[in-house]
Amino acid sequence: MRTDQPDHRLAIVGGGVMGTNIATLATGYGIPVTLVDISETALAKARTTIAQKSRHAQLMGTLPPDVPRGELMTSTSMRDVADATTVIEAVTELPETKAQVLAEASAVVRPGTTLISNTSCIPIDEMAASVSRADELVGVHFMNPSYLIKMVEVIQGPRTSEATMSSVTGLLTAMGRQALIVRDSPGFVINRLLHPLINSAAMLVEEGVASVEVVDGMLEGCLGHSTGPLRTADLIGLDNLVDSLNVLYERRRDESCRPCELLLAKVRDGDLGRKTGRGFYDYGKVAS
Amino acid sequence: MTSEQTMTAITAEAVEEALLSFLAERVKTAVEPDQDLFKSGLVSSMFAMQLVVHLEEQYDIAVIGPDLTLNNFRTVHAMTSLVLRLRNASDTAGNV
Repeated sequence: MRTDQPDHRLAIVGGGVMGTNIATLATGYGIPVTLVDISETALAKARTTIAQKSRHAQLMGTLPPDVPRGELMTSTSMRDVADATTVIEAVTELPETKAQVLAEASAVVRPGTTLISNTSCIPIDEMAASVSRADELVGVHFMNPSYLIKMVEVIQGPRTSEATMSSVTGLLTAMGRQALIVRDSPGFVINRLLHPLINSAAMLVEEGVASVEVVDGMLEGCLGHSTGPLRTADLIGLDNLVDSLNVLYERRRDESCRPCELLLAKVRDGDLGRKTGRGFYDYGKVAS
Repeated sequence: MTSEQTMTAITAEAVEEALLSFLAERVKTAVEPDQDLFKSGLVSSMFAMQLVVHLEEQYDIAVIGPDLTLNNFRTVHAMTSLVLRLRNASDTAGNV
């Protein structure tokens, strides 16, 4: 029934990089969005960011030109997600934070509301323990920028129902995305491969084996990657990357996932990547 | 530099020269005025938006509506034409 439901009403919790990405994408496809964050200051900043990202999407021609933009509402109260058909959590990549947000959201929505975690590494079934109805929770790993990259990684947890999978597929189709479905595991597919690669790339710079530009240049020029691992790290956000590496390391004990000192130092210095204007590269000013 | 540029007449040569210099610094490669920056892989989609904001701030213009399209930013020539057209439009509006 829900797959045929054209009236999507999306609630997004967390107005950071990914929350604003997904809000830009959804409103660009005409879907109304309620964005929830902890303060009016954070919401005002998110509104500005969404306006900038909408311009970026228009520049790149990645949103349908003839669809009226969906309304963007903002709130500091989790109660305002109650009327949504789908809730997406896009908060910090810390298991306890995500669990708390999902528990609060699941307590106020109606049964049958799809709950999506935009986690990049945390197993879905770990978070399912915190929600009222585990079968309604699914992972969707949107890429960054979500409005430019069509493919998304969808994670079906062991308790995620087929009805929920149908619902999420319907929503993603309505937003012009294509889904590749994987089973639950720390880091899933993309970040189990990508995060150790980025960490190793940072280690090579730390050890003085090669410069940032040379490491990225190798992957781009020799292996055909469109963006090198360290430029990708800047796009992800180095704080988020360290959090995700910690999630992977704690669960898999894979040494290649233990955040290297250079990464940790950059996070300590506040050089978090594009969002702060500097990471492995200097962007001159805070990039939109 | 911004205030001086907005106060004096802006020529195609000046815009082109400033853009070539800006790009050479940012992409660390000399570019040609008619080189397709995106096709050549020199400029990413993220940098494209920075180019838009750079031109808006440098020349006190607003790139909106149908002008906000990648074709206007593909080459230094295209960006120069856009800047001059939008500057002329705002000058005309200001003189009314």
